[in-house]
Amino acid sequence: MQFFFEVLIGGLLSGVMYSLVALGFVLIYKASGVFNFAQGSLVFFAALTFVGLMEHGLTFGAALAVTLLVMILLGLLIEKFVLRPLVNQPQISLFMATIGLSFLIEGLAQLLWGANVRGLDIGIQDEPIGWIADATGVNVSKFDLSAAGIAAVLVTLLALLFSRTRIGRALRAVADDHQAALAVGIPLQQIWGIVWAVAGFVALVAGLLWGARNGVQFALTFVALKALPVLILGGFDSVPGAIVGGLIIGATEKLAEVYFGPYVGGGIEGWFPYVLALAFLLVRPEGLFGEKIIRRI
Amino acid sequence: MTAVRAIGDPVLRLDGVSLAFGGVKALNDISLDVREHEIRAIIGPNGAGKSSLLNVINGVYHPQQGTITFRGKPRHNMDTHETAALGIARTFQNIALFRGMSVLDNIMTGRNLKMKASVLEQAIWFGRARREELANRAKVEEVIDFLEIQHIRKTPVGRLPYGLQKRVELARALAAEPSLLLLDEPMAGMNVEEKQDMCRFVLDVNEQFGTTVVLIEHDMGVVMDISDRVVVLDYGRKIGDGTPDEVRSSKAVIDAYLGVPH
Ligand SMILES: Nc1ncnc2c1ncn2[C@@H]1O[C@H](COP(=O)(O)OP(=O)(O)OP(=O)(O)O)[C@@H](O)[C@H]1O
Ligand SMILES: [Mg+2]
Repeated sequence: MQFFFEVLIGGLLSGVMYSLVALGFVLIYKASGVFNFAQGSLVFFAALTFVGLMEHGLTFGAALAVTLLVMILLGLLIEKFVLRPLVNQPQISLFMATIGLSFLIEGLAQLLWGANVRGLDIGIQDEPIGWIADATGVNVSKFDLSAAGIAAVLVTLLALLFSRTRIGRALRAVADDHQAALAVGIPLQQIWGIVWAVAGFVALVAGLLWGARNGVQFALTFVALKALPVLILGGFDSVPGAIVGGLIIGATEKLAEVYFGPYVGGGIEGWFPYVLALAFLLVRPEGLFGEKIIRRI
Repeated sequence: MTAVRAIGDPVLRLDGVSLAFGGVKALNDISLDVREHEIRAIIGPNGAGKSSLLNVINGVYHPQQGTITFRGKPRHNMDTHETAALGIARTFQNIALFRGMSVLDNIMTGRNLKMKASVLEQAIWFGRARREELANRAKVEEVIDFLEIQHIRKTPVGRLPYGLQKRVELARALAAEPSLLLLDEPMAGMNVEEKQDMCRFVLDVNEQFGTTVVLIEHDMGVVMDISDRVVVLDYGRKIGDGTPDEVRSSKAVIDAYLGVPH
């Protein structure tokens, strides 16, 4: 039983980090109906820029500040030069644009900082927390817990921002009806700018946490692909969905790996979330919290 | 019936406004004015250009020719969120509510321009953001009381019957405390009772807040009852303009409505 909890907790903690990545997608999807394929590249870009700056002698804090500015700027530029000119184009065009964008950002990142794998130390060790182990016998990684804590704070903050403030309402309004949003005085472009800047910021935090755990390397872009089953589970337009979806994916993939893995030779973690999402898609296509699609005939 | 208000000087003036979509002339050399505190109706057969006229006034479309003057200042290709900032609010012919949101949240979006707290302040629910939210919420409650929709406050608008959705859309427009209110067929698709309610609300808004109203309506009874002056459009042209009685007896108007060939 102890072992079960250990796996479950480990899974939930990494799940929080999936939620964080998924949230980046949800924000943009909510505001502009675009599935931003480049979100993973943004995560990679952020992590690489941060390590690159540290290698050039910047302190942790300075590198963080500069990267934050760079990410916000990048988000604003993407909105202005990629999305805005494509307003009112079919969604598939926008989607294609973000695919192109992802290659551009990945290329740019490697051009600027080189392509070798780097370590990233954010000063928290990946070791069991002593007092928890002593008291309950369950090993909980200090790194996992801290990372999940940071991610949880950010996710909560964003969820609150979008559920009970003017900006949040404006964002949801824009997502529902452009014309009506304009008519109540919501400037579309400002909202999109904010959303992309926030997505850049979320990418930075996700990049640092995942980079610190797995090393800063190209594979970081695949972390974003893990967000896909999270989104299918939670619904593409739901902030709470991203949170719960991330937790479910994180927990079940670890449990599946440990308990079923041995029978099929392991490596379940890699594909289990997608199968789960697929099964879920058949039952509830709008996701756990997505807006229910009602078809009246 | 609407004699108590003192109708003032023109607040909005259109001069020679033309708007074309490809080959279709939706508006052809339209000139008209709207006076302070009046209820101005726009009537005309389907496709006459009524909605286009409202869309030009609130900046959805920019006319290819002509000028629009609002409160003495000529406007140059102003966008919708800018006209909103000038105090122009509207409802749409096809209800354009934010379907995923509750009635309350929909109406709160109407207060968007009155709220000033920065993104950062809002993110941490800082003093000003919080005070602002509560103050505006109070204002929204007034509108809700005024339109008698207290009971559906928390309902997602998508679940409401059509008539109530129209009322919520009016509430969202009123929440902005507009000086000029544009209503595109506010009573279309309503039953008699709902229509009466809506008429009463429009008259009350006009009387109690002094709001100038421009409204498009097909129901002649309603138009004749509540409007001070009426503009008649047909095929993008203005074919009549005056008091309800004047318009009713105009030959051009009668011809347009009875379908005399052009
Ligand atoms: N966005 C647009 N693109 C192309 N044509 C348009 C557009 N909007 C309106 N039109 C055309 O302009 C003309 C006037 O349309 P408008 O919607 O203003 O009429 P209306 O008087 O409001 O009619 P209804 O009573 O049916 O609402 C019509 O011929 C319509 O097809
Ligand atoms: Mg119309």
